[in-house]
Amino acid sequence: MPRNRRLLTYIRMLMVLATGVALAACGQKAGGGAAPAPSGGRLGGTVSVLASWGGNEQDSFLAMVKPFEDQTGVKVQYEGTRDLNAVLTSRVQGGNPPDLAGLPGPGQMSVFARGGKMVDLGAVLDSSAMRQQYSDTWLQLAQVDGKQVGIFIKAAVKGLIWYNPQQFAKVSGGSPPKSFDDLMSLSNKIAASGTAPWCLGLESAATSGWPGTDWLSDIVLRQSGPDVYDQWYQGKIKWSSPEIKKAWQTWGQIAADPKMVYGGKQSTLSTNFGTAGDPMFASPPKCYLYDQGNFISDFFVKDNPGLKPVDGFNFFLFPDIESKYPGSTQVAGDLFGMFRDTPQSRALIKYLTTPEAQAIWVKRGGALSPNKQLPPSAYPDQIAGQEAQLLTSAKTARFSAGDLMPQAMTDAFYKAVLDYVQNPGSLDTILANLDKVQADAYRR
Amino acid sequence: MTDRVTLALIAVFGVPLLLIAYITASEWLLGLLRIRRHDAIRPWLWLGPALALLALFLVYPALNTAYISLLNAGSQHFVGLANYRFVFTDATMLLALRNNAIWLVLFTALVVVFGLATAVLTDRVRYGSLAQALILLPMAVSFVAAGVIWRFMYDFRPAGAAQTGAVNAVLTALLPGFTPQAWLINQPGNTVALILAAVWSWTGFAMVVLYAGLKSIPHEVLEAARVDGAGEWRILARVIVPLLRSTILVVATVMIVTALKAFDIVYVMTNGNYGTEVIANRMYKEMFSVQDFGRASSIAVILLLAIIPVMLFNLGRFRSQGSN
Repeated sequence: MPRNRRLLTYIRMLMVLATGVALAACGQKAGGGAAPAPSGGRLGGTVSVLASWGGNEQDSFLAMVKPFEDQTGVKVQYEGTRDLNAVLTSRVQGGNPPDLAGLPGPGQMSVFARGGKMVDLGAVLDSSAMRQQYSDTWLQLAQVDGKQVGIFIKAAVKGLIWYNPQQFAKVSGGSPPKSFDDLMSLSNKIAASGTAPWCLGLESAATSGWPGTDWLSDIVLRQSGPDVYDQWYQGKIKWSSPEIKKAWQTWGQIAADPKMVYGGKQSTLSTNFGTAGDPMFASPPKCYLYDQGNFISDFFVKDNPGLKPVDGFNFFLFPDIESKYPGSTQVAGDLFGMFRDTPQSRALIKYLTTPEAQAIWVKRGGALSPNKQLPPSAYPDQIAGQEAQLLTSAKTARFSAGDLMPQAMTDAFYKAVLDYVQNPGSLDTILANLDKVQADAYRR
Repeated sequence: MTDRVTLALIAVFGVPLLLIAYITASEWLLGLLRIRRHDAIRPWLWLGPALALLALFLVYPALNTAYISLLNAGSQHFVGLANYRFVFTDATMLLALRNNAIWLVLFTALVVVFGLATAVLTDRVRYGSLAQALILLPMAVSFVAAGVIWRFMYDFRPAGAAQTGAVNAVLTALLPGFTPQAWLINQPGNTVALILAAVWSWTGFAMVVLYAGLKSIPHEVLEAARVDGAGEWRILARVIVPLLRSTILVVATVMIVTALKAFDIVYVMTNGNYGTEVIANRMYKEMFSVQDFGRASSIAVILLLAIIPVMLFNLGRFRSQGSN
């Protein structure tokens, strides 16, 4: 009897203890998260960042934020994934968004903003300072319904045709082609001599196919003009329309011809975009031309140690196709948005918009800044300077179409590029399928 | 850091304590109510917490998903069976269904065959346990990691360049006229390539289960067969396999479910491109890329309905085995 009573008392004590611990846990969980712990004027705490940069690009981003970390004591927790859209969407929907995130493009940004998931940066950033540092185009692209929900912290120019100057001079006789027709005849000449003129790599994990979408954006812009381009990314003109179909066929002259691309379509589809340019620097070179954005120079330097800009690699802009649409440039940028309003995330996004921060990545190479106040001394070499010129002084500049379309359309676009390279004869089926997705994707 | 330690302590100590508290309280309650049929009510009280958790985390989400599958993309209005019609008419979905059927047949068959072969063979060799450990090792690797490993194995470089993919490197070295193949790109072989990577992961599991079944076959039966003059192949086909039938069925049903929900291998290796799309990958894409919740839910419901007969079959077998 006494033993049973003692046991009962113990159990009652444990019940009280258990309930107490449970309540304490609930209380602590509610107050958890990026709680600031200011100590001696420094902000402290952590801020989480999600973006699609890996490898060298990730190193550059971390170098960009290092002065911020040293100054404020805030620890930046960076996570990179190429499947940015899916990871970001699932985290946002799961109620666990990162503090700051790179956004796939203005299209997806507006979906998040309209769903109320993003913090209005008008309250965080000084709008007059922003207007001084960023041109209207950059600001408007990152606005939804008049509210500034995103800000571009890095810019890029696409449609740069890279080449190995020494090798290229041997096959081209000196100066870069002035028109697309010249470029095609040069390519045919090189192909006839036995080596493939072009390198091409479309693989990029979950977003494989995106380099092809950049090619097509450049072609549509130069072949059919900016008005058709605008209608195209806004979904107002069908994929099977003659202008768009012509662009695919023009691209197919290069991408779908096994003589034109090193390794044929197998290589195109399996090679990662970052390493696809390396055969240009082999001896003997396996290809001579590589169309990619300005950021590829970072990959060149990483894969080929000792390679220097201007001597080792250089570029010329994708030439005009139709003379009535001259001087077109395709631009892109890394758009950042805030998903959680904390003192740390405010401090970081303010820092990232400053010309000093952006100069760090620009100096390392492979990046351009949309900030007008960036000092010209930040450009590490002549190539970066030329790229920045293109960014600011293009006659007809358009943002990369794939990034402006709704995500469902972009995904179908990527897949269509891969399908077209694998099976060029099925272009009509591919375009019909894109039309179906277009009818659906722009409705929301 | 401290709240993680607290959370660990709560999980390890607090949960059992809470359960003991609950049981004590319910017993006390039963004592109060002078009902004659304590024994009838008590099981339901003891099962209460488990049933509540099941209802919250299993039943409610399943019903909610089924409900969402009848709504439109943004879950704003009712569209009836339109999402289901999409699943069975869209070209990509039909491709995914076809691929899952291929996975169902090929993956299950290969895993059972290889599992049986390795179980029987490792039984007869002195280094059997070492071999089994090596074959089981892939199970310890996450399936995403297995996907990454096999992506490197299947890597492609054009003919003449140094081969970085193990498969192409070995075949180019061994076979004189062999040109490297893009295993993950060439259709329809790429689905088979993916299935082989999955088989590599799962054969260990099948081998272990079948080996346990093998060990439970009485020695005398095999001795008698050998004394009667049966060759080893005959013993395998006529004695071992029939006796192992229920074990093989268990392995097969688990592999069928695995084939139906195959996702990681496909997502990591080809992301569903080049005709390798599977249902689970489409569900992921519809949910997170396209953000069409109605379609994603309908795919989930169809997957659930496809798996239910397999589960019921398994349950039936457990029941009949239990009653033996």
